[in-house]
Amino acid sequence: MKNVIVNVTLKSGVLDPQGKAIQESLNSLGYKEVQQARVGKSINLQVEEGSNLEERVREMCDKLLANPVIEEYSFVVEEAVRS
Amino acid sequence: MKFAVVVFPGSNCDRDMYHAVKEVLKEDADLVWYQSANLEDYDAILLPGGFSYGDYLRSGAVAATSEIMQQIKAQAAKGKPVLGVCNGFQILLEAGLLPGAMQRNKNLSFMCHQEPLVVENNETLFTSIYDQGEVVNFPIAHGEGNYFCDEQTLETLKANKQIVFTYKNNPNGSVADIAGIRNEEGNVLGMMPHPERAVEALLGSADGVKLFQSIVKNWRESYVANA
Repeated sequence: MKNVIVNVTLKSGVLDPQGKAIQESLNSLGYKEVQQARVGKSINLQVEEGSNLEERVREMCDKLLANPVIEEYSFVVEEAVRS
Repeated sequence: MKFAVVVFPGSNCDRDMYHAVKEVLKEDADLVWYQSANLEDYDAILLPGGFSYGDYLRSGAVAATSEIMQQIKAQAAKGKPVLGVCNGFQILLEAGLLPGAMQRNKNLSFMCHQEPLVVENNETLFTSIYDQGEVVNFPIAHGEGNYFCDEQTLETLKANKQIVFTYKNNPNGSVADIAGIRNEEGNVLGMMPHPERAVEALLGSADGVKLFQSIVKNWRESYVANA
């Protein structure tokens, strides 16, 4: 079993109203050094091992997990820790 | 004319849509559950607003992967009118039937009020009874109606006259004030404002009636032409 951690973020040119609100909140708390905040999401998948795992995860991202019009994604594959 | 109103888990404007067609237009309509629908027998397909699948992942994203989308794509390819309102528009975008994507409203608020819209193109299946440039009042009710597309897509939309409605006073930050667009072929319209909630004076506006009447009129005319 593998853990796949998919990170979905807005493309750099796309305005992020939520991120803007967070940046302004941090600024008003006194963290004036924060120049930008961007909000994304992290999706953790537990996946059975297979030879084309990365290719299939890329497909999942393209088809569903990210919207290519406004988002981009990256992912890391880790050994799943048995509990 | 027979309309299908496709109901997803979490749709909540399905009955308004049904009421508009059945009671106001006096046309035939069925509420069809997304898992058991056969769209072959219908003349037009309506995707209502709501929060399909709780808006999980992205608004409309999960509904866009459901099996019925294959049927909707096939019927759209045949030229049948497909209208997606609010969440229905978001589903059409996620399914790739219309270009672009939705983002959170610029002010991050869910907005629910009437907005004046401009009919940007009255040479469509959906707007032929309106005047070009006519201002109509439709309610909006959305948290993610901030339409986004890249510049190249926007140029294409403009060149093909695919922008059907714009906001007079852009409430949500949409690119080019876009409130509704159609596909290149002209038979698929997506819009955030709700024409089905503007069909009787009692509701505050009856400006939406002409949209549904346009669909019926154009269908009748093409039916006669092909008979």
